[in-house]
Amino acid sequence: MEQTMFDIQTQLFEGRDIRFGSIDYEKDPQVESRWTHDSDFVRLYDIEPARPMSPAMVKKRYEKLEKEIEEAKNLFYFAIRAREDDRLIGKALINRIEWSNGNGWIELGIGSADDRRKGYGAQALQMLLRFAFAELNLFRVTARVPEYNEAAIALLKKFGFTQEVRRRQALERDGRRWDLLVFGLLKDEWANQAQA
Amino acid sequence: MRNLFRGELVRLTAEDPEVSAKIEVHWQRDSEYRRFLDAEPAMVVSEKWLKDWFEKRTEEGFSPSRYVFSARTLAEDKLIGFFSLWVDLVHREAWVGIGIGEREVWGKGYGTDMMKLCLQYAFSELNMHRVSLGLMDYNPRALRSYEKAGFRLEGRTRGDVQRAGRRHDSLWMGILREEWLAMQGGEKV
Amino acid sequence: MRDIYKGNLVRLSAMDAEEAGKAFARWSRDSEFRRLLDSGISSLTSSKAAQTWLEKELEEDSIRQYWFSIRKLDDNQLLGDIDLNVYNWSARDAFVGLGIGEREFWGRGYGTDVMRVLLRYAFTEVNLHRVTLTVFEYNPRAIRSYEKAGFRHEGRMRGALNKEGRRWDILVMGILREEWMQQQEGE
Repeated sequence: MEQTMFDIQTQLFEGRDIRFGSIDYEKDPQVESRWTHDSDFVRLYDIEPARPMSPAMVKKRYEKLEKEIEEAKNLFYFAIRAREDDRLIGKALINRIEWSNGNGWIELGIGSADDRRKGYGAQALQMLLRFAFAELNLFRVTARVPEYNEAAIALLKKFGFTQEVRRRQALERDGRRWDLLVFGLLKDEWANQAQA
Repeated sequence: MRNLFRGELVRLTAEDPEVSAKIEVHWQRDSEYRRFLDAEPAMVVSEKWLKDWFEKRTEEGFSPSRYVFSARTLAEDKLIGFFSLWVDLVHREAWVGIGIGEREVWGKGYGTDMMKLCLQYAFSELNMHRVSLGLMDYNPRALRSYEKAGFRLEGRTRGDVQRAGRRHDSLWMGILREEWLAMQGGEKV
Repeated sequence: MRDIYKGNLVRLSAMDAEEAGKAFARWSRDSEFRRLLDSGISSLTSSKAAQTWLEKELEEDSIRQYWFSIRKLDDNQLLGDIDLNVYNWSARDAFVGLGIGEREFWGRGYGTDVMRVLLRYAFTEVNLHRVTLTVFEYNPRAIRSYEKAGFRHEGRMRGALNKEGRRWDILVMGILREEWMQQQEGE
């Protein structure tokens, strides 16, 4: 079935307006440091306390990440770049892959507020899913999202994800408790949808 | 104050790496036990490797985000299993991993007793807001035991484990502080 | 959501070891600042030594320590640093330490403003139950500022400091989550 959708010439890392690239240690730390100074971004992307990071800290984190990629072999990371000028606009990754079970967790973030609501997130998710299912041959992918992140929930639903778990009151933010939702998408569901 | 480390059937202990390694090398041969424990491929490793591993954990000690206990029977002082708590201090959530390696004591209430101590520790010592755990759908005995302990099923991730040629769901459970308190029957914490 | 790093005059920003090392070295030459900041022996530090020390301290994001540089909103100037140290997680109690190294900004509301931002961060992002600080008897300007930010007096360690040939007390101040919440409703 996949063969009818993609052939081997399909460019996995090229989208319409964006591309998946590797980390640029010269330029990216400045950009990502800027993102972390926007508390909205950090709080939508992660459940850990938001904290600003200097370019030096971001660089250290990249080094740690690349070391983990090499050692653990269960993590794939992409810098999302705009095709027009190659600037860094976000990150996409699959981690905690269990190869024997064929599952993994996905994360996606568009860093700057100016780049949101332009369809970059949808293009990145489409590419990330194609990579997960057509290159890594996973059986399913899972995504975790706080109930207050409505944009992320809408995007996951648009791509056919099913809400599978509601972890009651798992988060505390702004002085109240929030549920944490877990979404899943199976390879078959993705393939049927990609065909349609 | 209540005794945090003593239940009705078991007491909680800290074991030396030699002791833990010796017993684990024995338990790990039971692949059913291993497959209940987590979703990674069941595997056997040397006693030396295990000892090094436990030694490293011992060096790290208790951290604000990780707490590990062994369990021994009160009757015979026999080492039967362990539990770990991984703690998210900011959101006050703890994840439990619990295992009973001695299969002759399965289904006799030891797990229930251990879980009781585990929840007591998480809520009354670590002051957690909720406790979570995951299990596989091919372990109905554990599911019943967790339900008895007060956990509620919060969802299932479809087919995320492949075992013995079949796809299985992972089950996700959680218990909130107020639910646990209500179960204590007005006992002071 | 609002920008949780931003106050009226200042914002919280990342610590950069190189930049902060240089600033710490410069500020260390101001012995009055040093004596207001901590109880140890006031001494000079080179920017190289400060940078090395900072690099090590900042290496790991730990859930115990949240350390920010303080920057002026209008021109981004580095004014000082503030850190939140969660020393007891099961009680969710943290110590806060604040230093404004640029002395021309003392007594002009910058300290109070950054403390307000930090308390919001402590209670709504790190989800703490209380925040504690110590301040020296000979620093009335800071004491007033902390009172304004909502801290209450909780006691004093008598004669804990020995400076300029006499003994001084260390004051302990604290603010509880519910007090902070009430204060927010009032504003």
